[in-house]
Amino acid sequence: MRSVRNFFTGYGFPIVIGIVLLVALVYTLGANDSLKWYVVSPFTKQGAVNLKFLIAGTFNTLAMSFLALLISIVVGLLIAIPGIAKNKPLRATNYAYVEIVRSIPLLPLILWVYYGLPEIAGIQFDYFWAGVFALALSDSAFEAEIFRAGIQSIPKGQAEASSTVGLNYFQSMRYVILPQAIRRILPALGNQFAYMVKMSALVSVIGLQELTRRANELIVTEYRALEIYSVLIIEYLVIILIIGQFVRWLERKMGTDEASAGRK
Amino acid sequence: MTQTDIAIEMIGVDKWFGDFQVLRNIDLQVQAGERVVICGPSGSGKSTVVRCLNGLEIHQQGRIFVDGLELTKKRKAIKSIRAEVGMVFQQFNLFPHLTVLENLTLGPMKARGLSKEEAEARAMKYLERVHIPEQAEKKPGQLSGGQQQRVAIARSLCMEPKIMLFDEPTSALDPEMISEVLDVMLELAEEGMTMVVVTHEMGFARKAADMMVFMDEGEIVETGKPADFFENPQTDRCKQFLDQILQH
Repeated sequence: MRSVRNFFTGYGFPIVIGIVLLVALVYTLGANDSLKWYVVSPFTKQGAVNLKFLIAGTFNTLAMSFLALLISIVVGLLIAIPGIAKNKPLRATNYAYVEIVRSIPLLPLILWVYYGLPEIAGIQFDYFWAGVFALALSDSAFEAEIFRAGIQSIPKGQAEASSTVGLNYFQSMRYVILPQAIRRILPALGNQFAYMVKMSALVSVIGLQELTRRANELIVTEYRALEIYSVLIIEYLVIILIIGQFVRWLERKMGTDEASAGRK
Repeated sequence: MTQTDIAIEMIGVDKWFGDFQVLRNIDLQVQAGERVVICGPSGSGKSTVVRCLNGLEIHQQGRIFVDGLELTKKRKAIKSIRAEVGMVFQQFNLFPHLTVLENLTLGPMKARGLSKEEAEARAMKYLERVHIPEQAEKKPGQLSGGQQQRVAIARSLCMEPKIMLFDEPTSALDPEMISEVLDVMLELAEEGMTMVVVTHEMGFARKAADMMVFMDEGEIVETGKPADFFENPQTDRCKQFLDQILQH
């Protein structure tokens, strides 16, 4: 019962209302004869087939974004650590990686990974892994900066206290610094994930059958761009709203130590 | 007196932060079981002295011996000295995401390889020493400042150090919480712990100190037994400082 109450008092309710209104608005516009909503209507035979075709891209979009997120978090953390070192060459490595990788536009990077890597390195990824690789590489620079900011926001006394109770650098990171830093950067990580899901649309250019590619392919046969792209946008909207809810739930679950100071 | 009776020895220690010299030719000897109180105006380098003793700051000239081991830049030397030296900070520096018990068991389990049961038994023993065993399951943020500082003391004791360093342990506390922390420190002193304490609490110093050290502008200006030190300071700078903090 509690979760039902939370749904109505929390963000869930307004979000659902928002989606319903949006869909209603688009369908009202459909009263205009020039729009052919039946091509994506679940109530007509062809519309249902088309919708199914569009939604079937969800798996690739989600799987690709999620794998890329996991990889970019691990790589981002590995890049962030030298960025906070006292050693100058280590810091320079971090700096160079972040500055160069985040300057590369994603679309050319995807094309370069798919068409360029086989030629210069003999590595031919398939559509899916080329997408994962390009998204992860691009995002890792941003994750690295998020982690660096998070780690640097933890007071120096925490690292000092951990070293005085005998922890080495990695133990101190693992048990003291990162658990606190990750709580603080959770909203930023959620942002990156949402951004990644949207940017994964670009992987459609090399031919991966994810949400956007399927929409484009359907438009080629149905000639109804507005209707189909509207569905596409709503598909992304729903995915990202779900991710957003998940991240907020995670935030509440982990709590922030600063906020919990006053209550029991 | 044999070498092993000297807990801490600083010989001609200098340190700079950039161009600014924070420590000038510091000579200090602390015998095992001795309680030394360091006082002085802010910016006098007293915290830096204490932080140099466990490698949180690295001195640039001179030599520091702790329990017979020389403290150098080498990680191994710092590590073996830290194993002997506990540290209590002005800002407590408890781990806010862990419970009190977890704060106390983290070091013994990860750095000393104790089992969870052993570490928890040890943690409860020291929580009882600082009189707050009932707070074991709470997060630091749910405790008062005085309780937090006592947890921090217990956390250091869990590493079973030979020497305890206190860097202004009561300066961040509300007045009504100062005595509960000082009481715990006095009990430690009575048990014979070697202690170096940076503090302005002169009541504590009179009761617990074997030796007083007065610092100003990075130098040790005056040292002495508490009775002489308070009744009969030798230098004007020390006299002036004592007048200022004792006039209330």
